[in-house]
Amino acid sequence: MENLLEIKNLSIEYDTDERANKAVNNLNLKIREGETLGFVGETGAGKTTTALGIMRLVPDPPGKIVSGEIYFEGENLLQKSEKEMRTIRGNKISMIFQDPMTSLNPIMTVGEQIQEVIELHQNLAKDELRKKAEEMLETVGIRKERFDDYPHQFSGGMKQRVVIAMALACNPKLIIADEPTTALDVTIQAQVLELMKELKDKFNTSMLLITHDLGVVAETCDYVAIMYAGSSLEYGNVERLYNNPLHPYTVGLFNSIPSLDEDKEKLDVIPGTPPDPANLPTGCRFHPRCSRCMEICKKSIPKTIEVEKGHFVSCFLYDKEIKEGK
Amino acid sequence: MAKYIVKRILLLIPVIIGVSFIVFGLLELSPGDPARNILGTNASPEEVTALREEMGLNDPFLVRYGRFLKDLVLHGDLGDSYISRTPVVEEIASRAGYTFKLAVFAIIIAIVIGIPFGIISAVKQYSLFDNITMVFALLGICMPVFWLGLLLILLFSVHLGWLPSSGFDTLPQMILPSIALAAQSVSVITRMTRSSMLEVVRQDYIRTVRAKGQKEKVVIMRHALGNALIPILTTIGTQFGQLLGGAVMTEVIFSIPGVGRLMVDSIMMRDTPMVMGCILFVAVAFAIVNLIVDLLYSFVDPRIKSQFS
Repeated sequence: MENLLEIKNLSIEYDTDERANKAVNNLNLKIREGETLGFVGETGAGKTTTALGIMRLVPDPPGKIVSGEIYFEGENLLQKSEKEMRTIRGNKISMIFQDPMTSLNPIMTVGEQIQEVIELHQNLAKDELRKKAEEMLETVGIRKERFDDYPHQFSGGMKQRVVIAMALACNPKLIIADEPTTALDVTIQAQVLELMKELKDKFNTSMLLITHDLGVVAETCDYVAIMYAGSSLEYGNVERLYNNPLHPYTVGLFNSIPSLDEDKEKLDVIPGTPPDPANLPTGCRFHPRCSRCMEICKKSIPKTIEVEKGHFVSCFLYDKEIKEGK
Repeated sequence: MAKYIVKRILLLIPVIIGVSFIVFGLLELSPGDPARNILGTNASPEEVTALREEMGLNDPFLVRYGRFLKDLVLHGDLGDSYISRTPVVEEIASRAGYTFKLAVFAIIIAIVIGIPFGIISAVKQYSLFDNITMVFALLGICMPVFWLGLLLILLFSVHLGWLPSSGFDTLPQMILPSIALAAQSVSVITRMTRSSMLEVVRQDYIRTVRAKGQKEKVVIMRHALGNALIPILTTIGTQFGQLLGGAVMTEVIFSIPGVGRLMVDSIMMRDTPMVMGCILFVAVAFAIVNLIVDLLYSFVDPRIKSQFS
């Protein structure tokens, strides 16, 4: 399968007067056509910044894409003009945002807002535009009579459906969903996820699903990337990675999920807190919190190693040269 | 909606009663005798007493206030001026046009300059344009009208001789007073537009529109400005209200026979009916402007509209 999106050595910084926050550091990722990649990490790991980077919507100032390449359909998005980017945004790559409560314009009807994206990218007559927008509403399970209603007349879950309708309206190749269910009730979460999965299969769209919920990833994703301090520590097929987590951080994440079978007084947590992006630790970003930290981890950044087919990890524990040299 | 308008107009009644009672009371407490003012310092005490009796000034405060209200409610009459003996309503009506025209010109200048400058300042925050605009906006707020007015007259009328320095009937005559009066409102509206826009452009829904691939111009003008408009409208409303009532300085400096000047002159002369009339004019104008602004909200924001129905 072709790589639809490939990110190479991407670094994004937020520069303020006193400090440069390195939000994304040397990130490498790829998504193939029709595939869903789960993008997992703690708050502040650089997940949303990466997503905005792909859309070239990192707020500048203070944000800046410092280096790297983002290939989409074989072309580097970072070399595109703003005008070319506008034909891609909402059309070939679209985004679903975290908080449906705030991601719709409160003074425009939901119908108009869906219509707007279709109007931008497709050459349709006025009545056809409306029809297409109404169709999209029905696709996400909202009666088309509600076309002229305003966002405040909808519940959170319904608003997220509208956002999804907007994102899918132009049959994009790639959907970036930034924690699409975090702000919703658990029951609504399941509905929205189910809907997204269904529509993704129907339109054969690839998806980058940003989340911090490992359960959601298991249910919806084909591949998963574990983010920490702006770079990916482990990447692989969901099944393999879940059965055989390699990186100490990934192992820690799985251990911190409470199990129904065990009776525990306290949950296992990863000690410490995520590093300050303006003052990242030397060597492996995770070493100060790592239970299996070695001397070399403090000094140099580990290479990415393919441990089994399609399962990559950036950790010296799996670097044969280091192990043998010791 | 109609019900709401009627309700708001009825609410004017307590406003008028409250304002008139306070002003009537203040004039009562302030020193000076209208009868003495009319007759001049040479009049004998007997003449003054006779005139006071004739004008009903010897009646108790509440009786006089009651009489004032009765005339106002039953006949729409605000009485006659103590000085010119002409009906107050006529006098104000003949001058209201000037004041209204001056305020309208000033607010148009303020909107036409203030909103675009505010938008550009917000979009290019901390740029040279923004910094210069903000310095001028600060100057405009700090600069007293009488000072700016005099400087304008000095430059454009005295030195350059381009524009007349007094009157308000022809277009050239209207330019300087309108600019002088608008200066403060321009600044206030610019700053309000800037800060309101700055708040809106950081909202998630603006990011959503950008993610749709919309042009930046449409993002700013349609999505951002539309949402930033409520506080801007409020400011325009209060500014316009103030321009209607607070053009006193401008009217004095540029010799415009408006309501503001009439009010100052009448206060000097203890001309109670005239002062009452002028202040009621300002109060009612202010209240009506506010009502219009409140109604405009519902066109700008559908969430407010749904409260009316």
